[in-house]
Amino acid sequence: MGVPRSASRSLVLSKRAGRIQRLGSLAGKGLLLAVTSSSVLAVLFIFYFIARDAIPFFRSRGVAELFTALEWYPSGRPPAFGALSIFVGSALVTVGAILVAVPLGIATAVCLSDVLPFRARQYVKPVIEMLAAIPSVAYGFFALVVFAPLLQESGGTLLSAAGWVVGAPVAALAVVVLSELATARCRGAWQPAARWGAAAALGVAALLGLRWATRGLAGLEISSGTNALNVSIILGIMALPTVVSVSEDALQAVGRELREGSYALGATRAETVVRVVIPAASSGLGAAVILGVMRAIGDTMVVWMASGNASHIPKPWYDLTQPVRTLTATIAGDMGEADHVTGSERYSVLFALAIGLLVVCFTLNLLSEWAVRSTKRRMGR
Amino acid sequence: MKLGTRKLLDKAFSGLGLFSIALIAASLLVILLPILVRGAGAFWFRGTVEFRKLMFDKFERGNRRAVPAEVAQARAARQPIYDMLAAFDREMEKGGILFRKKYEAPLDELKSRLRVLLGPFPGEARPALIREQYGQTRWERALLKAQDVLMVESYDYADPTKLAKKTHSPRVEEFRGTTLEPLFAYVQEHLEEMLRPRRTFYWRFLTDTSLDAHFFGGVWPEMLGTLYLTLGSMLFAIPMGVISAIFLVEYSREGRLVSVLRMFISTLAGVPSIVFGLFGLAFFIHTMHVSHSKSVLAGSLTLALLVLPTIIRASEEAIRAVPHTYKEAALSVGASQWRTIVTVILPAALPGILTGIVISMGRAAGETAPIIFTAAVSVGQPLSVLETFTQPTPALSWNVYNISTEHQAVDEIRHVQYGMVLTLVVLVLVLNLAAILLRAKVSKKLKG
Repeated sequence: MGVPRSASRSLVLSKRAGRIQRLGSLAGKGLLLAVTSSSVLAVLFIFYFIARDAIPFFRSRGVAELFTALEWYPSGRPPAFGALSIFVGSALVTVGAILVAVPLGIATAVCLSDVLPFRARQYVKPVIEMLAAIPSVAYGFFALVVFAPLLQESGGTLLSAAGWVVGAPVAALAVVVLSELATARCRGAWQPAARWGAAAALGVAALLGLRWATRGLAGLEISSGTNALNVSIILGIMALPTVVSVSEDALQAVGRELREGSYALGATRAETVVRVVIPAASSGLGAAVILGVMRAIGDTMVVWMASGNASHIPKPWYDLTQPVRTLTATIAGDMGEADHVTGSERYSVLFALAIGLLVVCFTLNLLSEWAVRSTKRRMGR
Repeated sequence: MKLGTRKLLDKAFSGLGLFSIALIAASLLVILLPILVRGAGAFWFRGTVEFRKLMFDKFERGNRRAVPAEVAQARAARQPIYDMLAAFDREMEKGGILFRKKYEAPLDELKSRLRVLLGPFPGEARPALIREQYGQTRWERALLKAQDVLMVESYDYADPTKLAKKTHSPRVEEFRGTTLEPLFAYVQEHLEEMLRPRRTFYWRFLTDTSLDAHFFGGVWPEMLGTLYLTLGSMLFAIPMGVISAIFLVEYSREGRLVSVLRMFISTLAGVPSIVFGLFGLAFFIHTMHVSHSKSVLAGSLTLALLVLPTIIRASEEAIRAVPHTYKEAALSVGASQWRTIVTVILPAALPGILTGIVISMGRAAGETAPIIFTAAVSVGQPLSVLETFTQPTPALSWNVYNISTEHQAVDEIRHVQYGMVLTLVVLVLVLNLAAILLRAKVSKKLKG
């Protein structure tokens, strides 16, 4: 049976047709590359255009004032552009958010990867995905309308309750472990008695300490609910999904062999995780922390709505119950007034702040990339 | 350490993990519950006769005979109040100068409180603002405003070291012994007859335009704006994202070029959203002049850049997950590479790509910062498709911010704020739910 003529013709290409096809595929590939490099272009353009509008500011006012002075009166006469307190505000809020997000997030990630069975995991994942999906303006609304009044009216009670909930179990555990460690030297019949004695003494001390600490918290008067504490907690919750998913990936990447080796040596699950899995995944966990930081530092709506927007450094600096002002909120808030006078210093200073933000995020991003890559290399994947 | 202690520590460790998961679930609940419950109040509430009158006047809704009849009934129930006020006005005229001086200010105050509760008095000129043309449309607001009529709020500055204390005293004391004294008892007893509250399901909150800067009406312009912005950004981001993913997976070998491309894509993903907003303003509007000033087009372009990395990554993963055998089979029967991609790989990867697209739609719909300078306005009418090229639009995300911070009467329109947040959150969560379901389907297909 012969092959139909038309088919044989299309199977064997003439030289010219072959060249056209090769050229065509090359052109197609070029086109794809062009589209793909549009993201490269976008990044370069972002840096260029933000820098272009920031340069007039640096040219007329110099660099030092922005980063060292404290007075922020962009609309004053004469204007003052000292953004140090704004930088400090951003840093403070981010540190607060990380204090919330990292312990919670990593504990959750460990639980998801090493403790919970697969079926239970399927119920936890959607919860975290929902937290990630809620728009930041909805978080901001919650922070402003629900959380801020609550903090203002009964912040002390709330904080001391939180102190008990977190502190009591931790203190109980610490008492058990410490009392055992302290009496490890004792041998023979005395040991149980000595242990109980030590536990009782430590328990009373812990209880008193906790009571003292929560008393202090309960007596706290919060003059304004829109403050750094409010924003830190909400940003922490917002950054949680990022921290959880990235650190879970890192923990999963450690693989079965290391875990099984540790179990085979008789380690418990806690010991395996703390001594083996977490050190092995440390750079991945670092990446998780960095990405969490980026989420917190880059957010606009929550801080704009609920941070109080007061550009001063809290005194003492760690006092989170005072209002602060952040970079993103300043850009968002001041642009509305500055937009009409395009080209003036008030306008370009916001681009200067944006450059600062961009550089910080860019550096953090590179760091996290490097951390992820080094984990992968170490795990041999 | 003793074995018992080690076991205890192990248990405590698991407990710690479970505790943190419980804490996360609780915080999700704490955040969502107020939004869900109070947001539902924008749709489902006890509407007063004023609400039905407003709907009848402004949207021509309701029975042509029943509504005016009900208005008339409410009016009849209010008549004694107006009579008492008229009587007191006459008493004022007759009374001496001292009498007038004593009661002038309290009377004005009382009248303005009553106007807020019941709307303008009969025979008065129609106020210009819609919010002053009607009394309280919602029963729970009406109860608060009735409290304002009955009670005088004052501040006690007796202790200068503390914040002034708020105190309430009955307003009736100010009018003790005058013809107005029975008015207060009347208001207290006949509030329901005067306002006739009734359970109302106002689903048109979604499809009504707002009246008088969100005092009344719904969120349709915002809904439409969010829709335009989301779909517009997808229009740009989907082709770019999918093509980039195809290039990265199918057309390039892992090497320096690809790692540079990937680094830039991850950098793009790490740019803060407010910087996207500034970039959109400086590039799309001030440099490219895609529109004279803010417009849906400029906002869509900005949002497209923001979601581009998400779409690229999701599509890349989906394309990578297509089994090699599919591609090899297609190539072996003589299909060209491009043809293989279009007819075999993309269809197989489609559910995964769609998951990424749906998640990015949720992201684009919820983002506020990039559209502040590029697309959003506080008050606006619903746009037609053509107008999106030149006109700015209200959007759910921006207006949630706007009406809960910059609005002139933030406390008066809490229900609208909650309703708008609820609409936004439900929209985004539904999109994400769709993505979760899609993904479950994909993983089932890949497994089976």
